[in-house]
Amino acid sequence: MHRKRERDVVTPEPFRGPAKVVVRDLNFFYGKVQALHNISLEIPERIVMAFIGPSGCGKSTFLRTLNRMNDVIPATRVAGHISIDDRDIYAPGTDVVELRRRVGMVFQKSNPFPKSIFDNVAYGLRINRITNDRHELANRVEEALKDAALWNEVKDRLKTSALSLSGGQQQRLCIARALAIRPEVLLMDEPASALDPIATSKIEELIFDLKKQYTIVIVTHNMQQAARVSDTTAFFLLGKLIEVNSTEKMFTAPNEKLTEDYITGRFG
Amino acid sequence: MDPHRHLDDELSSLRDRVLLLGGEAEMALDRAMYALTGRDSDVARQVLDHDDRVDHLEVEIDRQCIDIIALRQPAARDLRFVISVAKMAPVLERIADHACNIARAAIDLNNEPELKSVLDLSRMADHALKMLRAALDAFTSNDAVMAREIIKSDSAINDLYNHTFHRLIELMVTEPATATRDARLLFVAKHLERIGDYVTDICELTVYMAEAAFIKHSN
Repeated sequence: MHRKRERDVVTPEPFRGPAKVVVRDLNFFYGKVQALHNISLEIPERIVMAFIGPSGCGKSTFLRTLNRMNDVIPATRVAGHISIDDRDIYAPGTDVVELRRRVGMVFQKSNPFPKSIFDNVAYGLRINRITNDRHELANRVEEALKDAALWNEVKDRLKTSALSLSGGQQQRLCIARALAIRPEVLLMDEPASALDPIATSKIEELIFDLKKQYTIVIVTHNMQQAARVSDTTAFFLLGKLIEVNSTEKMFTAPNEKLTEDYITGRFG
Repeated sequence: MDPHRHLDDELSSLRDRVLLLGGEAEMALDRAMYALTGRDSDVARQVLDHDDRVDHLEVEIDRQCIDIIALRQPAARDLRFVISVAKMAPVLERIADHACNIARAAIDLNNEPELKSVLDLSRMADHALKMLRAALDAFTSNDAVMAREIIKSDSAINDLYNHTFHRLIELMVTEPATATRDARLLFVAKHLERIGDYVTDICELTVYMAEAAFIKHSN
């Protein structure tokens, strides 16, 4: 019995479980410039996957294809296949608003609205007409703020402006705003790059807690951050996916020489 | 400018220090065995006096590994190199400690009449030294194939140890007057046998460094 219990606490195999997101032969173009080349990748459910690579390698572009945020950029074109829970997100007639409800996003720079803390978190719930009931709205805001590890810091000043919060708190508020509408996948584009080490640490702890409920994809330039928070890591270079592997393997013994050279700082 | 020149310089300096420590361990063993077979207690005392230098080098390597991990946060092959070195330094220091124990035995034995079985110990020591030199070469050249070959050759030292063990026990029975000396030589044989095991550890670390493969306890 004791032996069995010991085995149970072994770190789970990162690739175990069903794929939440499946990408096949994805190509992406800014006008005539091809930014992504034949990307094929599976993102398992309820894990954290980090995208790493030098500036301009396509990792943020790829991240934005996962909730069609690139659609708003003129003259862009996507070819290939992305499905979330077996539903093709580029299929004709796809409700993009509904897609972005399912696939939330947090950006590099916190972007709270010039509204109260409460109204920021409630914004998505109201605009998507998820609820107008005051009690339910209050409950959902509280839940999202708790999930974003911000509740204890703001519960006594929910009506004050979100702009009065510190940079780290603003970023967690943006995470709470994304969580309030209960997405299934959370995309994070360098969410801690503008934050000090303490605020960064809180975001990283938060990411660790959130993976119990969400599938999280994080783009980061900070390789130590990728090593700390992610279960799997994908390395991009010049628009190509070079390697995807468990984070442990990636940072101790990557399969590809290009990955090794990047991870050890020999280029990029 | 290459932004990682500093890390490369530090890794290179770390490699130099390990090789220096390896050289010290090798020299300690060589001289301790000379002290025993050549019956030269002065050389034995030099080995003991020199051990502080070995200990100091080990501490320096420890400190350097910690600094590199804390300040440079190495990954992949760099990480494997630093971890291997951090684990290799105490092994080399222990080899030098075993050499010191042999030197102490030599000082005691040199005050007594010579025993023939020392010749077998010389063969063991030659083999151990050969293994150690080759292990340091394999480490320097990141050569896992060579490291694996050296690991295999440890069985020769074990065979020599078993042979020496039985011979010394026989001597103790047939010539009880030599028992104290035999016992001391038995300890020397055991030190040499342990050195073979430590060289095996070094080679296992080299395989990890080169291939990220854990072969320790794989048998």
